[in-house]
Amino acid sequence: MMKLFSEKSIKKALTVIAFSAIAALLLIVVFIILEGLPFIFKVGISDFLFSSEWEPQMGRFGIFPMIIGSLVVTLGSMIVGIPLALSGAIFLSEFVPRWAMRIIKPTIELLAGIPSVVYGFIGVMVLAPLIRDYLGGPGLSILAASIILGIMILPTILSISIDSLKAVPQSYREGAFALGATHWQTIHMAVLPAAKSGIIAGIILGLGRAIGETMAVIMVTGNAVILPKSPLYSVRTLTANIALEMGYATGMHRQSLFATGVILLIIIMVLNYTATIAIRRRVGKK
Amino acid sequence: MTHKIDIKNLNLYYDEFHALKSVNMVVGEKNIIALIGPSGCGKSTLLRTINRMNDLIEGVRITGEVFLDGNNIYDPGMDLYELRKRVGMVFQRPNPFAKSVSENVAFGLRVAQFKNKKKIAEIVERSLRAAGLWDELKDKLNRPALDLPLYQQQRLCIARLLAVEPEVILMDEPCSALDPIATMKIEEMMVELKRNYNIIIVTHNMQQAARVSDLCGYMLLGEMIEFNKTSEIFTNPRDKRTQDYITGRFG
Ligand SMILES: Nc1ncnc2c1ncn2[C@@H]1O[C@H](COP(=O)(O)OP(=O)(O)O)[C@@H](O)[C@H]1O
Ligand SMILES: [Mg+2]
Repeated sequence: MMKLFSEKSIKKALTVIAFSAIAALLLIVVFIILEGLPFIFKVGISDFLFSSEWEPQMGRFGIFPMIIGSLVVTLGSMIVGIPLALSGAIFLSEFVPRWAMRIIKPTIELLAGIPSVVYGFIGVMVLAPLIRDYLGGPGLSILAASIILGIMILPTILSISIDSLKAVPQSYREGAFALGATHWQTIHMAVLPAAKSGIIAGIILGLGRAIGETMAVIMVTGNAVILPKSPLYSVRTLTANIALEMGYATGMHRQSLFATGVILLIIIMVLNYTATIAIRRRVGKK
Repeated sequence: MTHKIDIKNLNLYYDEFHALKSVNMVVGEKNIIALIGPSGCGKSTLLRTINRMNDLIEGVRITGEVFLDGNNIYDPGMDLYELRKRVGMVFQRPNPFAKSVSENVAFGLRVAQFKNKKKIAEIVERSLRAAGLWDELKDKLNRPALDLPLYQQQRLCIARLLAVEPEVILMDEPCSALDPIATMKIEEMMVELKRNYNIIIVTHNMQQAARVSDLCGYMLLGEMIEFNKTSEIFTNPRDKRTQDYITGRFG
């Protein structure tokens, strides 16, 4: 048996598997672009991106509200999630004893595994009514989505941030303490800068999850195709747009959803790219 | 008369382990003191009692007294942060922060809430000059310190201390990660610094102790076996165990 799988053939097999995985991904991307791009040029880039009228039956395909919806909800989730995750990570990695961490860390990682429909369900049943009753508006809103998404991305950012804070060598802390720094000064002047690239990587992962999230977002945003004037407005995101309409879309309409996918793809790529550059630029600087 | 540092009957326990046994040591002004002895004898531990870095380790228990200018630093009222500004430390492995060269040097100033930018730039330059780094690094002030070669990192860590003008500088085997030429540069620097600072250096390198120090302490298994003028220790040791060690009959 062992002889059959010689070094060489295992290597070959792995190469084939790796390439087919990459090929599959590329194929999907190419397929989406081929289906979507011609449509964008037919309608016109600026009409598609910057018109606010989305009435596929009438031949009006403006996804501007959805772009804004995706960006606003993602931004909101970051505003909710990042401060919570960062302060949590600092507290857990610096102030909680090792034995407690052994219980807390796996629990946090477990939270990442909760299906998004469950988060969405809580959003609809608990959060949205609260917002409607106390702050007004329809309840299903940017605010509700930001809070739910912020909590959803929490485990990702938290867990990676804890890891990178823990990975900072003890010698950095000692160096700071030896210069008369307080515990807090040590954390924010010596430990955080050293852990920054890891923390930013965690934030990027969280960002990717937030902008790509569909199910929970469909449930709590209200899905109205409008330009929001406040966080209490309903919005529709790009992902929700695709998911909601793909079941019955045909012809131009169907192509327009692929085109929406192309835009989503581009936004995610741009975000990832800028974030990666930001990491490279900021490591060691300041 | 008060001495710069006066260690009286100091005992330290790591949980049950008795790491320092009734250590006594008196240090005058503007001296270089070397602590030598085999690995694990408690040199680093003793050094770290002088700026209370051992307080960071769980399970450490200390009895006895360490006087700095006549004040016991283990008094409950002692301001630890103030103490550590007065007693700086250079570590075995260079440990610059993940910041730029100039921010590393300015770190202690920022810790002390210094705001005046011009003054900070001045002190950064003066400290780098004192550490013999200015000419090499003046064009690299904004580069990440971690990109520097090790010998520059270690001198940067010294510059970082000089910026806060400590009274005592503790060095824990500062040259063990460096090559002979870099080691020589650090030693030259120590002799230079001696004019303004008190230096206590832990070293496993006896030639180094003999070259740079005025006073020398030989430690073994947590005890200070002999503490005397360096020339006496190396030419005329009182204790048989010291003699064995410096003549190389030990480890
Ligand atoms: N944090 C610690 N916890 C428990 N024991 C320690 C700790 N640090 C040092 N020791 C022990 O104390 C003794 C002295 O250590 P150290 O001061 O580092 O010796 P040296 O610097 O002379 O090599 C050693 O036996 C070492 O194992
Ligand atoms: Mg040591």
